[in-house]
Amino acid sequence: MNETIAITAVKPRPRATKTAQPTPSGKAAVTLSEHIVEIISDSGEGAQRCGQSLGAIAARMGNGVWTVEIIPAEIRPPARSVAGGSGNRIRLGSGRVTNGGNETDLVIAFNEQVLLGRVRTGELKPDCTILLESMWRESKDPKIAASYVETHDQLVKAGYQVIEIPMERECRLIVADAKRGKNMFALGMLCNIYSFDLQLGRDQIARIFGKKDASVIESNVKLLNAGYDWAEKNLDFKYCIPATRSTEPQIVIDGNTALALGVLASGMEICAMYPITPATSVSHYLSSVFEKVGGIVHQAEDEIAACTFAIGASYAGKCAVTVTSGPGYSLKQEAIGLAVMGEIPLVVINVQRGGPSTGQPTKVEQGDMMTAIFGSHGDAPKVVIAPATIEDCFYSVITARKIAETFNMVVVVLSDTSLASSQQPFPRPQFSEAWLAPSIDQSEIPAGLKPYDWNPTTGLARRFIPGQPGGMHTLTGLAHDSLSHVAYDPESNESSIRARSHKLAALQRTLKTPPVFGDPKGDLLVIGWGSTKGAIEEAVTKLRAEGRKVSSLHLTFLQPMAPGIKEIMQRFKKVITIEGNWSDDPNDEIIDESNRRYSALAMLVRSRYLIDVDCWSEVRGQPIKPSTIQRVILEKLKQK
Amino acid sequence: MTIHATECLLRLHDQHYELEDYQSGVPRWCTGCGDNAILAAVQKLCRDEDLRPEKTMFVSGIGCSSRFPHYMKTYGFHGIHGRALPVAEGVKMSRPDLNVFVNTGDGDCCSIGAAHWIHAIRYNMNMTVMLHDNQIYGLTKKQASPTSPRGLKSNTTPRGAYLEGLNPLTVTLGVQNVSFVAQAVDWIPEVLYDIIRAAYHHKGLSFVRILQRCPEWLPDMFEPFMHDPMKTRLLTHEKGLKLSANLSKVYKNQEQHDPSDIHRAREIASDRDPIPVGILYHNPEVPVYEELRNAGQQRSTRYIKSGFESELDKFTVWPQGADKKVQPSA
Repeated sequence: MNETIAITAVKPRPRATKTAQPTPSGKAAVTLSEHIVEIISDSGEGAQRCGQSLGAIAARMGNGVWTVEIIPAEIRPPARSVAGGSGNRIRLGSGRVTNGGNETDLVIAFNEQVLLGRVRTGELKPDCTILLESMWRESKDPKIAASYVETHDQLVKAGYQVIEIPMERECRLIVADAKRGKNMFALGMLCNIYSFDLQLGRDQIARIFGKKDASVIESNVKLLNAGYDWAEKNLDFKYCIPATRSTEPQIVIDGNTALALGVLASGMEICAMYPITPATSVSHYLSSVFEKVGGIVHQAEDEIAACTFAIGASYAGKCAVTVTSGPGYSLKQEAIGLAVMGEIPLVVINVQRGGPSTGQPTKVEQGDMMTAIFGSHGDAPKVVIAPATIEDCFYSVITARKIAETFNMVVVVLSDTSLASSQQPFPRPQFSEAWLAPSIDQSEIPAGLKPYDWNPTTGLARRFIPGQPGGMHTLTGLAHDSLSHVAYDPESNESSIRARSHKLAALQRTLKTPPVFGDPKGDLLVIGWGSTKGAIEEAVTKLRAEGRKVSSLHLTFLQPMAPGIKEIMQRFKKVITIEGNWSDDPNDEIIDESNRRYSALAMLVRSRYLIDVDCWSEVRGQPIKPSTIQRVILEKLKQK
Repeated sequence: MTIHATECLLRLHDQHYELEDYQSGVPRWCTGCGDNAILAAVQKLCRDEDLRPEKTMFVSGIGCSSRFPHYMKTYGFHGIHGRALPVAEGVKMSRPDLNVFVNTGDGDCCSIGAAHWIHAIRYNMNMTVMLHDNQIYGLTKKQASPTSPRGLKSNTTPRGAYLEGLNPLTVTLGVQNVSFVAQAVDWIPEVLYDIIRAAYHHKGLSFVRILQRCPEWLPDMFEPFMHDPMKTRLLTHEKGLKLSANLSKVYKNQEQHDPSDIHRAREIASDRDPIPVGILYHNPEVPVYEELRNAGQQRSTRYIKSGFESELDKFTVWPQGADKKVQPSA
C-alpha cells in the first residue's frame, strides 16, 4: 500500500526543512485575512471530527468558515493508502466565507501516503506548510520507513514546508492507544496555530463526548491541551485571523442537515428513502429527530418504492418527500411522471453526485439538471430549484413543499455533494407558522366540482383528497379528462397537457427576477446555479476590484426561470455559464460549433433566450475553485 | 377548511349504503372475465360493512385487474405497473383511517412488482390485497406470466413456457411477518365473498390469491376444475371458513384446516390439483407497521415548533454574552 512517486505537481522551490525548534512563548502572531487548513488521516483516525470541531470553534470565535469533508469511497480503505485519505478541509476567514476557496495553506497529515493523495489532486499550495506525523520514520517495517523518508524528501525538494511532528509519541504520554485521540492533539495544535480560545476547544469536546463517561472527556481535553502546549513550545509561527462575533445567533450545519431541518420545518410528515451516497445523511439525521415532531422516515425496499410510497402518502394526506442521489433519481423517473400526471404534490431531493451510472458517489458534479427538468417520458413539467448555499438548503425545502401543494406539482430540489457535507454558519432561522402545511382538508366537495377542474388560464385545480365526501374518483396515470375518466380523445389529451404545462407559467409569473451581482451592465455576465455561487461571486469580486467589467447572475429557479433574465443578459457584451457538468471544449481538435455539446444551463438559456451564451465547465469531482473561475473569466474577456 | 374530528365521528352513525353507492361506470372487462366476479364480491362487502365511500380506497397497478378502482365509486388510485403496493403503503401510513384495498395482477404483483410484494408482506400494513391471478398477461395480449404453468403456449412462448410457474401462495407463506393468506376462485362466488370478507376483517396485510378465468386468452385453463367439484378442496374450520349446507353438498372434497397452522398451510399451498380454496393462514398477532411507526398522529404547530427549536439549539452559536444558552451536553 506504500506508494512513492515523483512529485511534479508543483515547481520545485528549494527550501530548508524547518525542524521544530523550541521558541520562546509569546511569539507574535501573523495576521491573515484568510487561511485554508486541512487535516487528513486514514479512515477511522478521526481527522473528520478534528476538522469539524475546528470549524465549529472558528465559527464560535466569529470567523467565517467553510468546511469540506474529504471522503474516501470505501468505509475502511486500507491503511496508509493514497486514495484512502479521510479528513476535513476548513477555509477560515475574517469575514463571511462563501466557498471552499483555492489551494490549501496548511495541512496536518497522519501519514505520508494520505498526504500524497492530496498532493496529486493539486489541492495543496506550492509552498504549503505540512505538519507530518513522524512516527513512520522509525517504523519496524523497512518498506514503510523507506517510503516515508523518500516521500518526505521529495516533498521538501518540491518546495513544501515540511515539519515533522512526533504526534504518536506525544499522545502516548497521555493515552495507551494514540489512534484514539491523536485527532484531539491535532485540534489542540491548530487552536494554538490560529490563536483560538482554548476554552472553546474544551467546550467542543464536552459537546462531542457529552453523552460519554467523564473520563473520556477528561482524556480528550488532556490531549487537546498537550497539542496546544506542544505547538506553543515547538512551532515558530502563529496566525491570527481577526474575527467579529456575530450579534445574532448563528447555526453551523452542513447542507444535508439543513435539508433535513427544512423537512422538519416545512411540516411534512413522511420521508420515504432508500440509502444512497451522498444523500443518506439527510435521512440519518431526519431518522434521529423526525419522530420528535410526529414525522416518519420510511426506509423503502428500493428507490422506486421510496418514490411511490411518498406519492401514496402525498396523495392521501400531506405532501411527502423522497431523498436520493443520481442513480436513485433515475430509478424514480416513471413514478415522478405519475405524480405529474395525477397532479400529486411531491418533493424530491436529489443530492447530485458524479455520473453517469454509479459514477463518483462521493464527488461533486452538477450533472442532473437536464434529467431534473426533462426527466420521465412524455411531457412531464415539474419545478426544479437549486439551493446555492447551506442556508438555501434549509429554506428551499420549505419553499418546495409550499409550491408543491399550491400548484399540485412535483418540485425537485437539486443539491450536490459539495453542499451536502460542507458547513457554513448562517443566521438561526426564526420559526414561522406559515412554513407548515395546513392540516388535511376533509371538507365536502361542492356538487358539480370535478377532480380536475382546471382553471383555463392557470391550469390550477382544487386537489381532491380521500376522506372528502363527494370527491370520490379514481386518479389515473392514463390520459384523463377533468372527471379523471380515462380519455384517449384528442381534445382531452391536449387540454390536460396544456393545463399541467400552464401551472409552470402561472408559477413563473410569481417569481422575482434574481439580482445581478455587480453592475447591471458590463463586458461579461457569468451565470451559475447551485453550489458554485460562492466561488463565482468571489472571483467576480476580485476581478471587479481590478477594474474588470464583469458581473454574475445566480439562478435558483431552473424550471420555470424567473422573468427578466433575458433583459439582464442583453445588457452585457458577452455571457458565459460556469458549471460543474460536461461541456465540450471548443479548442479540442474534433469539436466545432456544429458538434459542440454545451453544458446544461448554457443549453437551456441559449434555447430559451436565443442569446449566444458560451459555457465553461469542469467535471473533476471537486468544487470549482475561485482562482480557476478568475482565469476562465479573464480568458473570456480577452476573446474577441 | 377542515372538519373537526368530532364532526367526522358524528357522521359515522346512521349511514347505510346500497350496492349502487359503490358502482361506477360499466366495467370494460370481457364477458366471462373473472374480474367481474371479484368486483361483485367487493361491492357486496362494502355494502354489507357499510364502508363509507369517501373513506375507502382502492389502489391498483397496471393490467386488466388494475382497472378495478375505476368501477368503484370510492377513492381510487390507478398507478403504474408493479407499484400498487408501495403506493398503498404510503396511503396507509399517511391515513390509517382509510380502508385500503389493493387490486393487482400476476404480472403486476409477481413479476414487475415482486420486490414490493415480498416487502409488503413483511411490513404487514392493514390492507386487503387481491391478487387477480389469471396466469397470463391480458392487456398486452397473451404473454406468459410468472404464474403461467410450464408448457403454456403464448405469444412469447410459442413452443410452450419453459419454466415452472411461480406459486404465489408458497412465496407469500415463506416471508417473515406473513399474517393472512387465502386462496379463492372466481367461479365460486359465495366462497370468494366469504374469503374477501375474512380478509377485510383481518388486521394486517391480508393476501388473497384469486384464481381468475381469462376467457379471451386462456378459455380452457380452469375448465376441468369447474366441471368436477372434486378437483376443488375447500378448507374449512371454526377459525376459518364455514360452508353453507348447499355448498357442502356440491363440494364434498373438504379439509378441516386450522389456519393458525403455518406448516400445514405451506403444504396445502403447494397443492395444485385439487385446488385448495379457503383460508390457509391467519395470525392476528403480527405487528402492524403503521402502528409500530405511530402513524396518523395529530401534530400541533406548537409541537412541531418546540421540536424544531430544540434541534436548532444543538447547532447554534450564540452571540457573546449569551453563551450560557449552549448546553455542553447537547
